[in-house]
Amino acid sequence: VTLQISSPLDACLALLGLWSLIGLAGLLRPRSIALVGRTLFPVSALCGVVLAVVAALNLTAAPEQAVLVIGLPDLPMHMRLDALTCFFLVLLGAASAGISMFAAGYFRRGLGAMPGLLCLQYHLFLASMGFLLLADDAYAFMVAWETMALSSYFLVTTQHGIAEIRRAGFIYLLIAHVGAIAILLAFGVMQGGSWRFTFDAMRGASLTPEHAALAFLLALFGFSAKAGLVPLHVWLPEAHPAAPSPVSALMSGVMLKTAIYGVLRVTFDLLGEAQWWWGLAPLAIGLFSAFYGVVFAAVQTDMKRLLAYSSIENIGIIFTGLGLAIIFHGVSMPSLEALALIALLYHCLNHAMIKSLLFLGTGAVLHSTGERNLGRLGGLIHRMPWVAWLTLIGALAMAGLPPLNGFVSEWLLLQAFLFAHEVPRTFVNMLLPMGAAVIALAAALSAYVMVKFFGVIFLGQPREPALARAHDAGLLERLGLLWLAAACLVLGLIPSQIIGALRVVAAQLSGAALPTSDAPWWLLVPLPDRETSYSALVLFVAIIAVVAVTALGVRLFYHRRVRRAPAWDSGFGGLDARMQDSAEGFGQPIRRIFQSFFAIEREVPAPGDVRPLYRIVVGDRIWRALYEPMEPFVKRIADAFAWLQQGRIATYLLYSFITLVVLLALVL
Amino acid sequence: MKPIAILTQVLEVIAALAVAPLFVGWINQCRAWLQNRSAPSIWLPYRGIRKLFHKDAVIAENASPFFRLAPYVVFGAMVVAAAIIPSMGTRLPLSTAADAIALVGLLATARVFMSLAAMDVGTAFGSLGGRREMMVGFLAEPALLMVIFVASLISATTALPTITERLATQSLGLYPSLAFTAIAFTLVLLAENARIPVDNPSTHLELTMIHEAMLLEYSARHLALLEWASALKLFNYACIGFALFVPWGVSTQAGGPAELLASIPILLLKLTFAGAGLAFVETVSAKLRVFRVPEFLATAFLFAVLGLLVHLLLGA
Repeated sequence: VTLQISSPLDACLALLGLWSLIGLAGLLRPRSIALVGRTLFPVSALCGVVLAVVAALNLTAAPEQAVLVIGLPDLPMHMRLDALTCFFLVLLGAASAGISMFAAGYFRRGLGAMPGLLCLQYHLFLASMGFLLLADDAYAFMVAWETMALSSYFLVTTQHGIAEIRRAGFIYLLIAHVGAIAILLAFGVMQGGSWRFTFDAMRGASLTPEHAALAFLLALFGFSAKAGLVPLHVWLPEAHPAAPSPVSALMSGVMLKTAIYGVLRVTFDLLGEAQWWWGLAPLAIGLFSAFYGVVFAAVQTDMKRLLAYSSIENIGIIFTGLGLAIIFHGVSMPSLEALALIALLYHCLNHAMIKSLLFLGTGAVLHSTGERNLGRLGGLIHRMPWVAWLTLIGALAMAGLPPLNGFVSEWLLLQAFLFAHEVPRTFVNMLLPMGAAVIALAAALSAYVMVKFFGVIFLGQPREPALARAHDAGLLERLGLLWLAAACLVLGLIPSQIIGALRVVAAQLSGAALPTSDAPWWLLVPLPDRETSYSALVLFVAIIAVVAVTALGVRLFYHRRVRRAPAWDSGFGGLDARMQDSAEGFGQPIRRIFQSFFAIEREVPAPGDVRPLYRIVVGDRIWRALYEPMEPFVKRIADAFAWLQQGRIATYLLYSFITLVVLLALVL
Repeated sequence: MKPIAILTQVLEVIAALAVAPLFVGWINQCRAWLQNRSAPSIWLPYRGIRKLFHKDAVIAENASPFFRLAPYVVFGAMVVAAAIIPSMGTRLPLSTAADAIALVGLLATARVFMSLAAMDVGTAFGSLGGRREMMVGFLAEPALLMVIFVASLISATTALPTITERLATQSLGLYPSLAFTAIAFTLVLLAENARIPVDNPSTHLELTMIHEAMLLEYSARHLALLEWASALKLFNYACIGFALFVPWGVSTQAGGPAELLASIPILLLKLTFAGAGLAFVETVSAKLRVFRVPEFLATAFLFAVLGLLVHLLLGA
């Protein structure tokens, strides 16, 4: 059989196939670190780079379709490569390149599963995400969606010996499936009576406004379960800490974005004419999630849970952008619609790079110290300078500081918000700019969270003696971190070029064109008639220049004498590492200010206590108010059907047989 | 690029660097008079900075390179911020690189570096100061952003020189929304610059201090840079206030060198009044408990949001 790769779509499919093969190759010698870690993962990283390059080069090309021979008889799988898919493939390829490179150094000891098995699950996960982006019919989409959910479930439960991790995996699987059912139903509505499930058919189907709204809401529900929007966010803070760090990075950085892809595909491509009021739902939920996520992130003491909550915040910001885009689309304000779409796509890309970088940074710390609790870390910048400085770039970017990338997308979103009062709908046009206040608050809080995250882990004194033995990350891990940190820097410094590419995606997706400007290449001018501009490069160079001139001036006119002395102890002596602010202490102002958000359990020692113990647990009110009351109800239903579970294969085969007979009777 | 634009740019940066310590000296002098004390010399801040540059730096044993980098970054961010704010003229080549939102981001960058540097040595005071600074910041920053939003809505752009230009050149109109945001801005200015009632720049009482707690481990040239940077920060905030609420007297796009020259005494005059006003506010108000600071800043935030709502309702 000769393989002919004649088009970019073929090339993408071949790369996804290669990923699957790399996964299978891990099974050849599943316990060999030399094969799996040192050979297969770097090759896989290279595949990611090639995929990103192929997709990036094809961004401006016309959409390309193909029909795959695999699949069921009479139900072939349709594939399509258009600008939106290309954009998300770039995201997948670029982020996974860094993550796989890091993973090559990371999977070295027993993590509960054989490296070869992890390699298979990991690469199936990667390939299924790519396949999902290419899918052009509901059938292929759902197969990829479920493969993605299952392979990531197995990755989350790598250390399945621990009960908590099994529980986290179960919650993840449960919510993933609730979401999948909603997506399936949305596709069912969208076929519009034609009973053809290709996306082409759905594009052509004419739905009544009620049916279109129903399909949109179902899709929004289904995809927001995967994206982790409040109140379907509960799996995120459980699953991310449970998974090995490269997997957390992949889930948070890339998998959450597939949900964004799905909702964009359904809303702007498959449903076609979106009503303006649809946008209010993602806008409201997005704003609430952004705020909720960042407030919870500020009070976490587990570094990976902190990052998980921060992901909820960022997904909230992305959905806010989506809501704005839909509203602008519905009231035909194309240039603002394009601006909002570009802001949300840009934020997807930024969050993929930043969050992967931060998760990998925590992975390196976890590897080196075996500790996830912020209260037992500290001072690691001395022992792990590479990880610390590279993570610092991610932390600053996540805090939304110029000239890094996190700032650019927030800036674009705020610009879109600023002109939302021009929406020709009274009342709504007054409420919309208020959303900017929430985004501003969330962005400022995320700076708080990142100072806590970076400061407590890497700065200060080590809080445990064992940290003195911490070692820096290995070469492959450093390469992975370096790749992602460089991506954060590049995405921050040349926003006009990135936006030039995103403009094509937005135009092809919704027909909304951002007006072009004749600004020089280093200047970002999103809407020329607003006279607003931003140039990260100039800002960066200006700051560097002032810093350099100042440092040089101080050196020339004064001196460089430095004396090292113990830290000032106010003359009392006995200053030790435990007197530093703990992670709980750092969260204290937030706990106090936003008290009503949290379900706080506090144990305060009595004044005369000889062995005082202070304990505080910050719980999620939504979990208690929404999920816990459901438990007895669900349990009763489960008990009622328990007799079906016979535990014998013959019985289950009988069920399959009966199901088939019933289905055949229905169809024939 | 016109030569006058470059001249304005250079003049602004030099003026900011030179005048910022003087502004602090002037506030201290006014405050002393109002409190019936004999006033220190107005030049004292300069002497303090000069003295610190000459001293040997003492650095804590477990300080990381980040600790030594941070003062330069904070100082750099403040200087670049001074270059963006139209304090004397609106023809600023550098301000195309950063609009008002980016300016807020730049100030946030300085804050984050400062707080992280405070946590670096790992003493109780440092991390306490860093945490409190971030607490003040996360409430003050969105309030400042909302203030800027209102001004941006009025002038349909977020470019700060254009906002100033439009507010300065139009006929004198009353903006109720700007009245609300002016209150919000004053509260933010007090909080962000570690003034009473939020922080007291002249004590080291651990129960209340914020800014000084972060500087505790710094000495010599690093401290000099940070002192200078905080003077610049105060100067910058004052100039943002002038740019939004009293924009008259800056050299506009149409103005020639004479107007630019005239803007120097006008700026000094504005600073004189602002400094006296600030000293008055600091004298008549009492220091808040740290627990009360969030309420103070939430008030600022809500005032700014109210200003936004008023603008959207009244269109003015």
